[in-house]
Parts: sequence; structure tokens; C-alpha cells
Amino acid sequence: MAIVRAIRFTLNGTSVTAHVKPEDNIVDVLSQQFDLRGARESCGQGLCGCCTVYVDGKAVSGCLYFAWFLDGAKVETIEGLGEGQKLDPIQEAFIEAGAFQCGFCTPGFIMMVKKLLERHPDPGDDDIRHYLTGNLCRCSAYPEIVEAVKLAARSARSAAVASAAE
Amino acid sequence: MASKGTSRNIGQSIRRLEAREKVSGRAEYVHHLRLPGMLHGKIFRSTMPHARIKHINVEAAKAVEGVFRVVTVDDIRTVVPNPYYGPAFHDQPVLADGKVRFAGEPVAVVLASDRRVAEEAAGLITVEYEELPAVYDEVEAMTADVLVHDELKPAATFPDLKHLKGRRNTNVALDYRLRRGDVDAGFTAADHVFEHTFRSQPVMHTPMEPFVTVADVADGRVTLHTASQGPSFVRIEIARLLGLPENRVRVKVPYLGGGFGGKLYIKLEALVAALSLLVQRPVKIALTMEEQFFMVTRHPCTFKIKSGVTKDGKLVARRCEVIWNGGAYADIGPRVTQKAGFTSAGPYDIENVSIDSYAVYTNRPPAGALRGFGAPQTAWAYECHTDMIANALGIDRVEFRRQNLLHNGRPQASGTIVKDAALEKVLDQLAIRMKWHLPFDRGQGRIRRGRGIAIGIKGITSPTTSVAIVNLYADGSCGLYIGTVDMGQGSDTVMAQIAAEVLNMDAESIRVIHSDTDVTPYDMGTLGSRSTFHMGTAVRLAAEDAMRKVQELATELGVPPRSNIPISELLRRKYGMQAGNIIGTGSFIPDYEKPDPDTGQSAKATPFWGVGGTGAEVEIDTETGTLTILRLVNVIDAGVAINPKMVRSQISGSAIMQLGFTTTEQMLYRDGQLTNNSLAEYKILTLLDMPLEFSSEYVQSRQTSGPFGAKGVGESATIALSPAIGNAVADAIGVHLTDLPLTPESIFLALQLASNARIGGG
Repeated sequence: MAIVRAIRFTLNGTSVTAHVKPEDNIVDVLSQQFDLRGARESCGQGLCGCCTVYVDGKAVSGCLYFAWFLDGAKVETIEGLGEGQKLDPIQEAFIEAGAFQCGFCTPGFIMMVKKLLERHPDPGDDDIRHYLTGNLCRCSAYPEIVEAVKLAARSARSAAVASAAE
Repeated sequence: MASKGTSRNIGQSIRRLEAREKVSGRAEYVHHLRLPGMLHGKIFRSTMPHARIKHINVEAAKAVEGVFRVVTVDDIRTVVPNPYYGPAFHDQPVLADGKVRFAGEPVAVVLASDRRVAEEAAGLITVEYEELPAVYDEVEAMTADVLVHDELKPAATFPDLKHLKGRRNTNVALDYRLRRGDVDAGFTAADHVFEHTFRSQPVMHTPMEPFVTVADVADGRVTLHTASQGPSFVRIEIARLLGLPENRVRVKVPYLGGGFGGKLYIKLEALVAALSLLVQRPVKIALTMEEQFFMVTRHPCTFKIKSGVTKDGKLVARRCEVIWNGGAYADIGPRVTQKAGFTSAGPYDIENVSIDSYAVYTNRPPAGALRGFGAPQTAWAYECHTDMIANALGIDRVEFRRQNLLHNGRPQASGTIVKDAALEKVLDQLAIRMKWHLPFDRGQGRIRRGRGIAIGIKGITSPTTSVAIVNLYADGSCGLYIGTVDMGQGSDTVMAQIAAEVLNMDAESIRVIHSDTDVTPYDMGTLGSRSTFHMGTAVRLAAEDAMRKVQELATELGVPPRSNIPISELLRRKYGMQAGNIIGTGSFIPDYEKPDPDTGQSAKATPFWGVGGTGAEVEIDTETGTLTILRLVNVIDAGVAINPKMVRSQISGSAIMQLGFTTTEQMLYRDGQLTNNSLAEYKILTLLDMPLEFSSEYVQSRQTSGPFGAKGVGESATIALSPAIGNAVADAIGVHLTDLPLTPESIFLALQLASNARIGGG
């Protein structure tokens, strides 16, 4: 009989409990116990970025991260972005630029872009290409993704200017 | 004119209808589906490329706690007496039946409520095999003693394959031929004759959502939730396989996480439906990325091309011999053989043409459709060959193409008159974008630079049918019922734009109802760049039918013409309350004439022509073979673009995918065993692999028979990309590589061989 352990962690700002087996990864727990579908297992090797979530503020591959170790952690997913009906500016930028086709890799990209913009508020092409090279898009919406990142960066900067002026 | 500035829908870059669902992670995929009582299936696969199965030992797997059942073909046979399926041939067993024909073929399935229990138990199955000699290469398979199948079993679906029924002692599943003029006389009359052989490697679709199907069989009804590009075909084939009428089989498809031709016809559905029928519980099989490589691949191909040309550069004769490696099961290979076969002489006006195209069985994973239906493999040959001829004759490569290009009004090799194919415009635009007539910096020292262009043509699978329903509800809002699957290409949005244009609505206000064969009408499949043209026409007809019925209702109610009374008000007057529907239907099948079986001649071989061209500038480090794409220019004929932004996304997306097939992607085998079936070793392109300069555009044109002048665009940019790069590489280093992919190793090797030859030749 498999060992099951109860763990407590913060999921998108809410305290939660999950019952996990040693072999469960983050994607298993998010999808099966919390019905969150944004993080997806695709390559299963941490190479495609479709399962990107944050653990304690760091972007990780949910398919390679054992849920067992989430006890006491702070987990954030694509479902935690935006507020209610209002999308995050990065999500808006992805729509504006048409930066996706099938949409399967999109949540992982958006999570990674958020980290990219924290680190490089005004990224150049090279920053974008290097930072996002671990996220794969087989529909190859890459040109539109670069455009979306720049749009999001621009809107974050103008929001910052606007709030400074207030 | 192509542009219609006044339209609120056609020619507008409307955002995807499903955009919010996709950026928020809420979009629905079969990947996520769980049903109450559902079992997970894990496939145990063959470790032998060709062997007789002596014994399957399932005892250890059965003993694992939590295992519900272990299933082999003997179990399947208790519910499906003849468990063989396939679109062109009924040659593929649901599970290996006494024999395995490729390493990776499904042999048994473990069912368990817990996916990981099924995985663990599947690892405990063992099989005793009697190994058989195997054949892997398509050219060898033409004449080999090794037979992959004892007898050919064509499906009744395609009447033109009937003559192959019962054929024995061959690996050739289809021999297609085309004859135009007198090719031998053409060669005799020619001043120069050139002959080259080109090869394309095995590659895979690699959708980010791997293949997945959930089947739920209960009370004599089958419900399939499947990541499929062709729900109507799945229903027909599952109904045949299980001996049920079509109305007992329901196939539902939400969004697809990519398809690219892989998720066509019938794949996992046959096995999963049979398993659910056997155990009378819902069953889900979701492949891993590694397993996807065993499901379907693109056809590797060997193409021998020979051309006769006059001294002033007129092509007068061409012979094509194309051999397609179909793997162990035919899938749709015979159609690829035929459809890519008939355009394999390229977009040129050649009086004497002979084409032989063969689908061949080998002991490799099955090959099927992949974005382009064989056209990119044939163009790799004919467009590299074009450059080699032009160079040998000392004619400018663009001029040589222009001189021989097919013009509208001229017969293509099949005899079909070319119409609405913007070949000249695409070629001209390429030359402009590439600044072809300006001097070019060719590099120096170890760094060499070159440039190349290529242009290709593609016929469209025909005849195929699409049916659409426009349903106007009591408040006047519209539901559009179509079987076209939105796998990322944006069909929901484009179909809504077409319906909205006729209905005088906004596309965003239309609700597109996704494939559910209980609800949505027949569609042949989301494939081969056919949806905008075929389904788009059906949608237009359905919307026009609905508008006619609105008019009839107005007349019936005594409303004067052009009163502009809303539909909701008409329905309220008719039914006395908010009630009723107005339902318009549209169905479309293009004109088609079956090609003559001996000559391939047909007056109507294709409903429209796909045209694509690519220009490339490359830089090569001759000491390492490293290839850098400095510039990639993609130009296609889109007809009138219904949604310009999405057309450009189709061009760039398909070009980047094809760039992967050109430079990095290759399934590697050793002794019939695939050795690189993971994204760690099979490299698809990332953002870092994007060319430094990259452009995607379409020329002004109009497909007169298409909806609002549109034609399909999903594949056009794939056709000529590989040869454009191959030609640029040759321009840089003076050696034409004939085999794909163009890796640093293969370029380095070609340079070494050339320099050895120069030394050896003195």
C-alpha cells in the first residue's frame, strides 16, 4: 500500500491541504485535487515548460517537482494571475499580439514571461530569446510571443509612470 | 480587388474567439478529462522490429495490487472479432496479433484506476519472440525478400484501391503513375539531361498535447472524447470496427493541443474503444511524449528526379520516381503517395512528364499525414534539382524558374488547368524581398555566405465534403455547428467571420459549437489546408440558407421587404413569445474528376492550388559546419486573407516547424530501434533557433471559387523552405547536400568529401 501524507501549502494565496503519495508531482496534485488545468505535463522531462509554476517565488517544472516537498511552500499558478474577470497585463499582451495558437504551452509561457519582466523590465530581443528558450511552442508562435513580451513590458512601464504621477 | 475595406468581418484581424480561455489556462483539452470509474491504460510495446510472438507472459503484471486487467489481442477478439483498422487499408491490429512489425508496436495493455500502477505493471510483462528478418529502407523494401504483410487488405472506403485487394509477395501498398507527353522523346530532344537523387528523413509531429483518447462504452453506445482532427472519420471507422450504426457512436473533440496531421483518421481511438467495450467502463489512454514517436511519423522519402533541358534553359522532359517509406501500417500513406505524387514534377510547365510514386511497407513506425502531405519532401528534390540545373547552365536561378514557371491557363502535369495560382507573384515578391539583383556579401575565410530561393506547389485532397449548420436562436443570436477542429489554426474565428459576413453580425457574437458527432454535421477532416475553402464554403451556404429562411418568414408574416425588422422580432411574431429557431444548412463538395489510372490525367484533380515560396540567406562556418540562418523570407498565395493576422501566423508557424525538419529534427534508428524518442534528443526549435531576420507575407490574389476569395494556408509556407535553405547552403559552400536534415555534421562531411575529391582528382 502506497504511503500517503497530508501536506499543507499556500495555493494562489489560499491555505490548502493535499494528500500526496511519494511519486505524485505538482501537476498531478494541481489537476487531480484542485482541478487546476493550467500546468500541463507534456514532455515529462522538464524540457518544454508547459508545466511551469512558482514554488516560493521561483519558476519550476511542475512535472519534475515532487508534491511531497510542497509542505509549507507558497505555490502560484496561472490561475492566480489577474483579478476576477480582469486579466494580468501579460495575458492581455498575449491576446493583443496573438501570441498563441493551440494554447497548450501558453500558461507556461505566461508564467515564465512574468519572471522575465521582473528581472528585465525593458528586455531586448536577446534577453527574451534566452530567458524563454526553455519553453517550447510547437505551433511556433515565437515571433508573436516576442511581440507580446515587449507589449507587456511597455504597458507595465506606462502603468508605473501613471502610478508615479498620481 | 482582394481588399474589402468596407467589410466588418472579411479581411479583419479579429482576435481569436477563445483567447481568454487559452491565456487563463481554462481551455478544455481531452488531456484533462476524467470520468467517474475511469481506468487508465498503459501500453506494453514490442521490443522487436519484426518477430512472431510465441508467448506473452502477463502473470506478474496481473499480480500487481490495483491492476484491474491485462489485455492482449485474444481478449479484444472476444468483443471485436476482426480487430483490424485503418483509413486506406485494414491492416493495423488493435493490439499485435501473432506478429509484431515495428519496435514500439502495442502488444498488451494494463488497466488500472491509478495511472502509475498501470505503468509499473506494464513494465513487468515479458514476451517470447521468434525474431524475423526486417526491412527498414524504402528502396530496399521495393525488392526485398522480407515481407511486412502477407497480403494487402485495402479498405472499401477508397474504391481506387480495390485492385490491390489480396495482392501478395510485395511491400508496395500503392503504385501511382502519371504520364504526360512522351518523356523518352523529350530526353532525346534535350540538349542536357540531369539526374539526381534526394532523401528526406523520418520526423514527427510532436504536438505539445500528446495523443489522448477517453472511451466510454455502455448500454450499446460508444462515447469517445478524443484529441482528433477528424471526428467524423473516427465515428465511421469505430462504427465499422465494432459493428454498430453511426448513431450509436458519439465522438466529441474539444480544443487540440496541436495536431499537424498526426491526429488524423484513426489512431488511439480503435484500441481505447475496444478496451472500454471489453470492460464496460470508461478507459483513458494518454501517451507520453516518448510514446508519441511510435504512433505516427512523416514519410521518409527517396526521390530520383531526371530532367531534360534545352541549351537556352527550357525544361522539356522530367521523370520522377518517388518512394515513400510508409512504415509497418499504411495509415493514409497511399493518399500521400498519390497527392504528393501528382505535383512531384514541381510548379513548371513541362511538356513531357512521367511520375511513378510508391507507398512501401517497412518495419518502421507507421507514417501518415504531416503538414504538407508529402509536398515538402517532393519540393526538397525538385527545387534543389532546379538550382543544380540553373547553375550548370549558368542561368540566374530566379530567371530559370521564371522562364519555366506554370502560368494560369496552362495544364499542370495532371492535365488540370492551373487557375488562381499566384506563382509568378510569389516568385517576384521573393526576388524583391531578397534583393536578388543586388550584390551579395559572400563572406571570407572560414565564414562563407550564400542565398537561395525555392517555390513549390501543392494539390488539395479531393473530393471531400463539409457540412455546416447555422442556427439562429429566438433572440437572434447565432450558433455555428461545424466539425472543423480548432487545433490552433484559428478555424473557430475564421468560420465565425464567414458566417457573420453573410448574417450581417459581428464575428465575436457568434458561438461556434465544437465537434460532437451527435450534434455537429459531417466533415471529412481538419486536414490538408482544406477547412477555410471547404468548410468555409459550407458555412457561407448555411448562412445564406438561414438568411433566405428569414426572408421567407418575413414574407409569411406580411412584413414588407427590407423592413429591417430584427430576427428576434420575426420569431416573436411567428410564435407569440421568445421561441423557435431558424436553421440554415450548407453542404459543399468541389467538382472533381477521377484521374485516369494509367496516365493520372484529370481535368479536375484539385479544387485549388497551394503555392508557397521561401528565400534564405545563410552563413556557414566551414571549419565546424555550423549553419546560421541570417534571413528567412516566406511568401505564399493565400487568396483573400479572411483574417490577415492569423494567416501570417500560419505562415510563420509552419515555416518555423519546417525549419526544424530542415535543420535539427531526425528520428534516429539503430537495428530498427528508435534511439532518440524524447525532447532531450529530438530537437524541436526554440526561440533561440529563430532566424535573425524573419518575415511572413502573402501576395494579393483571389481564389475565385473560395469563400470571399479565400483559400487554405496552413501548409503553403512548408513546401519550399527546405530547398531554399539547401540552395543557400550550396551557394555558400559550392556543394549541394541531397539528404535532410542539414546538420553541422552533414555540412562538414560534405565539405570534407568535396575537398578530398578535389585533392584526389588532382
